[in-house]
Amino acid sequence: MAATDVLKPDHAASRRHFIFTDEHEQLRESIRAFVLKELRPHAEEWEENTFDDWVFKRMGELGLLGLSFPEEYGGQGGDYFCNLVLGEEIVHSDCGGLAMGIAVHTDMATPPILAFGTEEQKQAYLVPSIKGEKISCLGITEPDAGSDVSAIKTRAVRDGDEWVINGSKTYITNGHRADFIVLVTKTDPDAGYDGFTLFIVDMDLPGVIREEKLRKLGMHASDTALLAFQDVRVPATAVLGEVGKGFYHIMWELQGERMIGAAGAVASAQALFDKTLRYANERQAFGRPIGKFQVTRHKFADMATKIEAARQLVYTTAWRYANGEYPVREISMAKLYASRIACEVADECLQIHGGAGYMKEYGIERVWRDLRLNRIGAGTDEIMLDVIGRSYGL
Amino acid sequence: LIPEPPFTEAHEAFRARVREFVLEELRPNAEEWEAAGWFPNEVFLDLAARGWLGLKYGGDWVADAVLAEELARCGSGGVAAGIGAHINIATPPIFSFGTSEQRSRWLEPALRGEKIGALAITEPDAGSDVASIRTRAEPVDGGWLVSGAKTFITNGVRADFYVTAVRTGPPAHGHGGLSFLVLERGAGVRAGALRKLGWRASDTAELAFDEVFVPREHLLGELDRGFYLIMANFQWERLVMALGAVGAMRRTLERAVAELGGRGQATRHRIADLATRAAAGTALTYHALRRYLDGGDAIREVTMAKLATQRANFECQDECLRLIGPDPELERAVRDARLGPIGGGTDEIMREILGRSLT
Repeated sequence: MAATDVLKPDHAASRRHFIFTDEHEQLRESIRAFVLKELRPHAEEWEENTFDDWVFKRMGELGLLGLSFPEEYGGQGGDYFCNLVLGEEIVHSDCGGLAMGIAVHTDMATPPILAFGTEEQKQAYLVPSIKGEKISCLGITEPDAGSDVSAIKTRAVRDGDEWVINGSKTYITNGHRADFIVLVTKTDPDAGYDGFTLFIVDMDLPGVIREEKLRKLGMHASDTALLAFQDVRVPATAVLGEVGKGFYHIMWELQGERMIGAAGAVASAQALFDKTLRYANERQAFGRPIGKFQVTRHKFADMATKIEAARQLVYTTAWRYANGEYPVREISMAKLYASRIACEVADECLQIHGGAGYMKEYGIERVWRDLRLNRIGAGTDEIMLDVIGRSYGL
Repeated sequence: LIPEPPFTEAHEAFRARVREFVLEELRPNAEEWEAAGWFPNEVFLDLAARGWLGLKYGGDWVADAVLAEELARCGSGGVAAGIGAHINIATPPIFSFGTSEQRSRWLEPALRGEKIGALAITEPDAGSDVASIRTRAEPVDGGWLVSGAKTFITNGVRADFYVTAVRTGPPAHGHGGLSFLVLERGAGVRAGALRKLGWRASDTAELAFDEVFVPREHLLGELDRGFYLIMANFQWERLVMALGAVGAMRRTLERAVAELGGRGQATRHRIADLATRAAAGTALTYHALRRYLDGGDAIREVTMAKLATQRANFECQDECLRLIGPDPELERAVRDARLGPIGGGTDEIMREILGRSLT
């Protein structure tokens, strides 16, 4: 190596992680193009009225709702990393509620059907979900049971060939628009963690009541429901997976939920960073772009470092997850770290924007509000810390 | 578990061997060496006998990365720093830019552990700002007369040769007039050990050069082009520092997990928090390592990896000391880790490099 071979900085060079191939990059480009052309223009409108159901239909037509599902059910047969690509690119809709609604469908409610469902259930629910003809939601949280999943009270009682369900669920994303819910119930109150069972419940059954839409800090484009189940009768074939194994099934589901949440958080932070960098390089103060002030420059350096660390943690963990490992500790770390840095980045970006960041016009405050959910949903920061700490035997 | 690239099963087996050596041959001496402010030169011979002083020159850079991580288990930042300075900053410029004569004069005995190297860049008035180096090389018949001062030079007292950044061009040329000369211990070279917060087993020195004659054949690379050589070497140095921090955090967290059971939720969460930050720094460091090994420009990744790991390591050691309680090794670890955000380019310099590339 001679001195002339010494490399100069090249910040535009391709820096792809080893989990991604050219095919993933093509997928990324096509999703980005779709998102910018067909979704992004509606972001402001959907923020007022929640996003339209046609998005599912359209994404189903494009094959985006079953990227890693087997072809025999209408999926694309891709690997897990395709889901990450979707989770990252949909962020460019600038519509956090939309990204969440889609992720609930693709990475939370439907994967348990593929993993634990019968062939009949796959045909009846998975196939139309992948087409975007049926919309799904997932029912875990209750008014009196959030982080403490084992405290849920929604009861399913066997009655002949049927089960009768009573209880309520809250903070249910897609809860108003959904055609069916993957529902966590207690079937044996005396069996501890072995007393839970999952059901697939059609939302048009008698006794399923959709209460008022919940108003919230952010994620306004998403419909978030409080649901009541009053003597809802479902056939025995509505059981998803094994009776008594619901707790373990849902703990498995949460891993995918946390992975995709983490990927989305990093992508959101990156998008906000890029937008704020453009602003800082244009916005003039004291005779120069604010990006030329050293303190601003260092803010960007710190943010870029945090985002990159989070991204690498997510990718490396996703690689382990896709290898068939069950890296609960690492997934919890990725979810925790990505959610935290996303909120930190959002706050710093708002600060760099100053008054403009506080105004709705620039869209910064919206992302700031939307991202705050990441530290709460799918397991709070504190639950992540507990899971991580316990994984070490502490 | 499948090892994360670029590490392979073979590297994990190598890691086990290095760990055994570090725990059995180095760690038991840590306190004695710390008190002495010195570790014996035989350590270099021991490492050389195993072939570990020139792993990357045999083509296995990943093994060098493993060594850097595992040296963090020796319980003495000063020992790890002395070995690391020889392996990772003093010999690479000779390997990369030296002629075959230069390699046989310094690199080969260095790999045999018979000659110890140091890299001499920092000066009393030129730290982060490398371009303001003042150590002067006056051209004379057959070479140069070098005069000036260097400071914070790891291995500075024991070194047989110093890869030294000197000014060969006019001061007005800034980074344009710097060259790398190899100075040997001898007439006109004075070295004095510095007392410091941590890294106490390392003979960190200030050097004075008084009209040291350096033959023309001791010029590394091109005249007046030394700045680029210095910058090229920084990437590996910073990457190794990130790896060292990763290894140090892993070591101390393993101990925390083993000793802090049953302390309650606040401790559990604190350790989980530190472990998460360590995991993020590790993921970023391995990404930078892969990128570096791929041969692409890795400046951004390496800079981020160093920034993400050094302060994190210090805070990790500091918190674990607080949680585990008084303990010489942990106290040393805290003092040693504090150099991380300073050495090899401060955190502020890392932010400047990254920030300037963005805005």
